[in-house]
Amino acid sequence: MTTQPPRKLKPKDFATDQDVRWCPGCGDYAILAGVQRSLAQQGIPPEKIAFISGIGCSSRFPYYMATYGFHTIHGRAPAFATGLKIVQPDMQVWVITGDGDALSIGGNHFIHLLRRNVDVNLLLFNNRIYGLTKGQYSPTSEVGKVTKSSPLGSIDAPFKPLQLAIGANAGFLARVIDVDAKVMSEVTAAASAYRGTSFVEVLQNCNIFNDGAWEDIAAKHVRAAATVHVQHDQPMIFGTEKNKGVRLVGLTPQVFTIGEDGLTAADAWVHDAYDPDLTRALVLARMEGPELPTVVGVLRQVERPVFETEVRAQAAAAGTGSASDLQALLVGRRSWTVD
Amino acid sequence: MNLQQTSRRSEKLESVVIRFAGDSGDGMQLTGGQFTLASVLAGNDVATFPDYPAEIRAPTGTLAGVSGYQLHFSSSEIFTPGDSVDVLVAMNPAALAKNLPFLRENGLLIVNSDAFTSKLVKMAGFESNPLDEGDTSLERYQVFPVDLNRLTRDALVDTDLSSKEVDRCKNFFALGLMCWLYERDLSVLVEEVETQFRKKPRYMNANLLVLNGGYNYGENSAQFMTRYEVPAAKAGVPGTYRNLQGNEAIGLGLIAAAHRSNKPLFLGSYPITPASDILHFLSQQKALDVLTFQAEDEIAAMCATIAAAWGNQLAVTTTSGPGMALKGEAIGLAVMTELPMVIVNVQRGGPSTGLPTKTEQSDLLQALYGRNGESPLPVLAARSPGDAFEAAYEAARIAMKYMVPVILLSDGFIANGAEPWRVPDVADLPEIAVNELDNADDFPDGFHPYTRDPVTLARPWPKLGTPGLEHRLGGIEKWDITGHISYDPENHQHMTDQRQARVDGITREMPPSEITGDASGDVLVVSWGSTYGACLTATRLMRKEGHSVSHLHLRWLNPLPADLAEIFPRFGSILVPEINNGQLYTVLRSKLNFVGRPYNRVAGVPLQIDDLKAEIAKSLAS
Repeated sequence: MTTQPPRKLKPKDFATDQDVRWCPGCGDYAILAGVQRSLAQQGIPPEKIAFISGIGCSSRFPYYMATYGFHTIHGRAPAFATGLKIVQPDMQVWVITGDGDALSIGGNHFIHLLRRNVDVNLLLFNNRIYGLTKGQYSPTSEVGKVTKSSPLGSIDAPFKPLQLAIGANAGFLARVIDVDAKVMSEVTAAASAYRGTSFVEVLQNCNIFNDGAWEDIAAKHVRAAATVHVQHDQPMIFGTEKNKGVRLVGLTPQVFTIGEDGLTAADAWVHDAYDPDLTRALVLARMEGPELPTVVGVLRQVERPVFETEVRAQAAAAGTGSASDLQALLVGRRSWTVD
Repeated sequence: MNLQQTSRRSEKLESVVIRFAGDSGDGMQLTGGQFTLASVLAGNDVATFPDYPAEIRAPTGTLAGVSGYQLHFSSSEIFTPGDSVDVLVAMNPAALAKNLPFLRENGLLIVNSDAFTSKLVKMAGFESNPLDEGDTSLERYQVFPVDLNRLTRDALVDTDLSSKEVDRCKNFFALGLMCWLYERDLSVLVEEVETQFRKKPRYMNANLLVLNGGYNYGENSAQFMTRYEVPAAKAGVPGTYRNLQGNEAIGLGLIAAAHRSNKPLFLGSYPITPASDILHFLSQQKALDVLTFQAEDEIAAMCATIAAAWGNQLAVTTTSGPGMALKGEAIGLAVMTELPMVIVNVQRGGPSTGLPTKTEQSDLLQALYGRNGESPLPVLAARSPGDAFEAAYEAARIAMKYMVPVILLSDGFIANGAEPWRVPDVADLPEIAVNELDNADDFPDGFHPYTRDPVTLARPWPKLGTPGLEHRLGGIEKWDITGHISYDPENHQHMTDQRQARVDGITREMPPSEITGDASGDVLVVSWGSTYGACLTATRLMRKEGHSVSHLHLRWLNPLPADLAEIFPRFGSILVPEINNGQLYTVLRSKLNFVGRPYNRVAGVPLQIDDLKAEIAKSLAS
């Protein structure tokens, strides 16, 4: 990053004059506000930031950010982000994508971005539906989902995005609920601080085509009992009364009540976000109701070599050629002269 | 001195076409390349045509595994690797079977007789060994059977190489023999072997022994009673020359353009035959401010290239037809966002996977029209390996001056072919105007990315990271000037017109079309791309025979030069030869009124001069 001191910035410094055109009540509004707030807090000036998106409702995001922005083509935003980071490594790059964009048409680019560990922050708005094309099942829709294109229910087994990312050896994994402002700012701050691909799954509602997409987890009255907010070095304790814990028996997570069966808060699994082994991250990513709470927060932040840094290092090691080196390359190894 | 040598004679020839043919593993491309080098350094003009199978190593001895390298060297200026072959060097029966049709009557046929075992003879489809005494199938040629395996073994009897390693050296025996036969200076090749095998001294020594062995065999055996001399060509334009392949020429042209525009060069690419060598070459040039990215697929390569253009690089992608098909949607985005880049399509036989290692000109309409919507972009084509340098340079210059993606068409023939090339001084290359913006001073009320230069209609190229120049690009239609999203009907018409007018305006960059021959007459041959050499040669030969024929070669396919409209009516008939089913002809027909016809042959091989002459004759007669 550039060395200039952080500028005093407000969330509105990141807002454009364009009318936001998401449906009223869409979860995207909360995410937009959360990201603008978070960027203001981190103090990186708008000209050093680029938002890149593909196609879908979420992909309109760059038009509403007063930074550099590129609304590209369906599924390919990670490929654009990779190209940009290679040539402009000092820009902070955000990829905004959805479940259809990142996991269906763009599945290939998504996994390759993660495996290379390009330094971008990728927010995947997962509403388990195709919104912009007006309501077809997506690669994260649950089996049996009745939509316009699956009148008898979807028979496709869904992806779990975090699990897929683990398969690509992602170094940074987080999950957040769209309307959870507190975890949102914690996660976006950690994502932008992380050097490498930060993958954030945002559980998002689509109140038009998939209202209640995450009702079992996200609804205010169930959230405390249905989710556990993991934080590094902290025990996994959750519940309305903060009286539930998650413990690890072998590699099997189990929920217990503090004070029952001789178990205390000290028996809870203490989260290690820096664990280089992927096994426990996979256990966390797979936890879901009704038996287990869904994990939100930063699941993993493990350092890995950063792609564009390595690219640049190879180039630097090759040295700097001059005009005469170019002329020599043109002449080649074997030449002759005509007088 | 023995009798044979005293009675041996030397014959002077103006030009010779040799084809080396053998198994994919026989090193025919290397042998041909080395002989080419010896020829250019001897002062000949050369044109080459490597012809190899898509399979890396098809089973030994099969017809599918035959790899060939055709070389035309001459003491006068030449433009093609030659129609028919004067000398065929066949390393096995399959190579003979596959290449005999190209050998002219009474041509020299040098065969590795050791490879004519009954098994290999049968695999090649011969009913009996054509080298057998009494067999008349080869009587129309001058046949020279040489025991290449045995002679190579004899030359290496004192080395510790395994018999397999020994057999692999036999191409150097053939090379040495050909050098003797055509009076080539062996010292050039000795130096080459010493450089190439520097790190493998065992092979270096072995190859040198065999190379000399082949040369001495020619000298000492009584088999060859005539040696041939192809004198040096008349000295051309003074300067430094080298032998250059088309793929490397494109890489060099792009680096030169990046240097002259003070831009780093970025290549986003995905491996594909026959374009991969450009990626290989550029990936070795990091010290010259070149970054290459091998993407996960063709689409990602295109997208990374667009992003690099946005990030102020000279951005390039290289591919072939199937890759172009995949890149189409992203190219549309590049058109919409008006970013400068060069898209190189090294064409191959199609459709689908087609003929990956063969040449064709069948992606012209794909380049012009292969995207959704009205998405015009400039298209130009290289005409020969050396010319690919200039074509790539020009593509980059126009892209940056006009803020537009440019498609450069090459093909398999240009990509792998080679010719002598006069090396330009980088400082003498045309200037490259870059429309870059590094401050917001002219935009007190906010930056408007779609303001346009009144002449070129190019929009500015804002330097990413500059305060005050933050802007949003995308594939949705833009408002004129502001670049905001717009669904306004009149604005869409206006922007559609602007995109077209910007590309059409590139005609102002073109010099008057060059006509070989008279400015008017009976027939005008109109060509584009790699058929240049064959069309030019056929035209010249027909003119020598007294016919009224001229030739016009198109560098630009979009836009077409403005002066075609006045040139075409000056000729009785227009002949448009192409290695496709009439794609340029279709375009010309849609834009110009003329009397004429296409000549099309889609066989995966370059057009033949004799065929073209016959077609010109037909046009003359009609």
